[in-house]
Amino acid sequence: MTETISQQLIISGVGGQGVLFVTRLLAEAAINKGLPVFTSETHGMAQRGGTVLSHFKVGEFLSPLIRPMQADGLLALKAENLVAHRNFLRPEGWSITNASNDIDIPKDLTVLHVDADSIAQSIGNTKAVNLIVLGFALAKTEQTIGKKETLFCSKVDIEDVLKHRFGGNNKMLDASVNALTAGYNA
Amino acid sequence: MTERRLLLGNEAIARGLVENGCAVATSYPGTPASEILAAVAFFQKENQISMHTQWAVNEKIAFEIAYAGCQTGLRTAVAMKQVGLNVASDPLMSAAYMGVKGGFIVVSADDPGPISSQTEQDSRLMAMMARIPVLDPHTPDQAKNMVALGYEISETYNTPVMLRPTTRVCHSRQDVALESIIQLERDVKFEKDPGRWAATPRFRFHLHNQVEKKLADIARHEATRPLCLNPEAKGSRAILSSGVAAAHTAEILKEMDLWQSIPFYQVLQPFPLHADFITHWISTYDEILVIEEPMAVIEMQLADRHRIRGKVSNAVSSVGELYPEHIEEIVGKFVGRETQTLPIPFTSGRRPTLCAGCPHRASFFAIKKAARGGIFTSDIGCYTLGLNLGAVDTVLCMGAAISQASGFYHAHKNKEKRPDIVATIGDSTFFHAGVPALIDAVVHNVKFVLVILDNRTTAMTGSQPTPTSGVGACGEPLAAVDIESLVRGCGVKYCQEANPYDVKGFSGVMKEAVKYSRENGPAVVISRYPCVIDLARKGEAAKPIPIDITEDCDGCAYCIKHFECPALVYHDENEDDKYTTVDPILCIGCGVCLNVCPKGAIVIKDG
Repeated sequence: MTETISQQLIISGVGGQGVLFVTRLLAEAAINKGLPVFTSETHGMAQRGGTVLSHFKVGEFLSPLIRPMQADGLLALKAENLVAHRNFLRPEGWSITNASNDIDIPKDLTVLHVDADSIAQSIGNTKAVNLIVLGFALAKTEQTIGKKETLFCSKVDIEDVLKHRFGGNNKMLDASVNALTAGYNA
Repeated sequence: MTERRLLLGNEAIARGLVENGCAVATSYPGTPASEILAAVAFFQKENQISMHTQWAVNEKIAFEIAYAGCQTGLRTAVAMKQVGLNVASDPLMSAAYMGVKGGFIVVSADDPGPISSQTEQDSRLMAMMARIPVLDPHTPDQAKNMVALGYEISETYNTPVMLRPTTRVCHSRQDVALESIIQLERDVKFEKDPGRWAATPRFRFHLHNQVEKKLADIARHEATRPLCLNPEAKGSRAILSSGVAAAHTAEILKEMDLWQSIPFYQVLQPFPLHADFITHWISTYDEILVIEEPMAVIEMQLADRHRIRGKVSNAVSSVGELYPEHIEEIVGKFVGRETQTLPIPFTSGRRPTLCAGCPHRASFFAIKKAARGGIFTSDIGCYTLGLNLGAVDTVLCMGAAISQASGFYHAHKNKEKRPDIVATIGDSTFFHAGVPALIDAVVHNVKFVLVILDNRTTAMTGSQPTPTSGVGACGEPLAAVDIESLVRGCGVKYCQEANPYDVKGFSGVMKEAVKYSRENGPAVVISRYPCVIDLARKGEAAKPIPIDITEDCDGCAYCIKHFECPALVYHDENEDDKYTTVDPILCIGCGVCLNVCPKGAIVIKDG
């Protein structure tokens, strides 16, 4: 692998959906691969209710923030986050959005949507929307959007991070890997 | 191989302190600095280091404890947010004159935006006023390295050193190399030197002389020279930057293909600015753009104003955070190039609000009823959000709820009828700066009610212990202070404790206290119920009471307006059929709302 890895992602959702958790997983996967990584997040009173947005940059960067029109991808854990944060995407950028099938998706963007809420209910893990979206993104960036847009890490890399994080807690680990897989296969 | 770990900026600073032999670390919590001390405690435990790590009652006390430690020759540090430094400014100014023996670092975290503060003040100006050097990191990794650099400067020049990160450094995460921890093995030795440690004004004059000499030397210190990040660049225009703005600017210059044509300097030490560089910049470049936040600290130290572009020339805003897209536009204008960006719409979602089941909501509901038309002074903490309920009229700074209550009372001196005054303050804030104000109110017999919202924790900043907790930063057992004894010790004659979840009982106490205060003088109510987030975290949450809303709900929205619980959802899509429902996921079943609905529509769910 000689190609230099450089990827900028926006992850957004609402409080309690686990935006920061997904960001941590990606960041730890980057560290495990020996890649330099930056993330930026919101704390304190700004965190009480409302939109949660995190910036994720892997590669040779210095600044923790992503400018509008620079992000390679946007993981939107709610359809409203796609509308709010689409301007972060560069013109050829893509979004993986959690939305039910009857929602209008903007035609001028590369958007793949997954009904993660329904999947979460069907696997009996309503807290796992974040992992389902991540699993879907890991699959689709490579298979559908194009080789150039493949995420810097694989499903196996994320599973390794989950194994490390949950240590001996097999129940949590299995539930997380199941959700990731359900999104991956959706 | 050195371990690289994903660290929050604040954790990187903490790691730097532990790696460099810090023996005493103190703090008072405040966003964006709160995680520093907890992370020191974490690394201390992880590496089994014997050091003193403590939350202090306020920043001034935290400062003085850490400062005394450095007077004995140990390396020490104190951490706080920028407005905390206001509280600690008294010892800061004096300590700068007396200097240090062991290395002493003052971490003061600024909050451009502001994101969670009452001002956008610049701690670097405080360093300038105190006459101590200040270091300004652009990344978590550099923040950690600057701790080592700070101790070196501190011990070389016998001065306190400030480390000034901003929110974006404190709250970004980066892969940071964990280096080995230095074991200093220093002997604790306080050498008496009253001419210095207890200097009278006459000696202070000499100390001031020394301070200015030190600063002149520090302005030549090799290790903190401004860095030219692109030494091959040739051009007649240069850009200077510091802090996270320098990180944004470096990326932008590369992306705009200006890396070869605009010499770019990162200023590591904004004060004192390196003397040689001031001359070098002014004599080398026709135009110099200075990008820093929040105030013009580097810029004001550069003479020859007509060459400088920055805040004074209105090229760079002095208000709000400098986002990278702002910097792109500023750089574009500097080089005469059009830049393009798209706006990110501000999606506020819900306004910040007290959590579902928060005991403060119950307290405010009773306070408003007990003192209708009163003046409600309040303070800094989660309960500031009592604003939404119309139960908070003023928020000035830590502890001011009580002194402002006094002020409003005295201001109405010549009025026939004085309004009821109810001050609210959290337990941690009461200890921080409320106690002296209460003594003052007792002395002047101010007729008001003080409600101490005692939720047993410092909630807003992430549940740090308070003096009532009986537990320390590392989880060790400590002595606990009893609030009621303290209140009575201040000379207050009326002091009642009540549980705000017991809505009827608490309302009764509030009414009695208001009546007492009108006739006699200060009355204190201690509203005691633990923070629900804290209870949930400890797995001690009370058994939930299932809530239902009956068809008696006529959509009057009284509960929404006067109670504003996130779990009560109002439906007004249909003009003829408005109503409230309970969100079962958000509701924690505290049962307080059972007493709120004027129509009695909020009830316990059957079964």
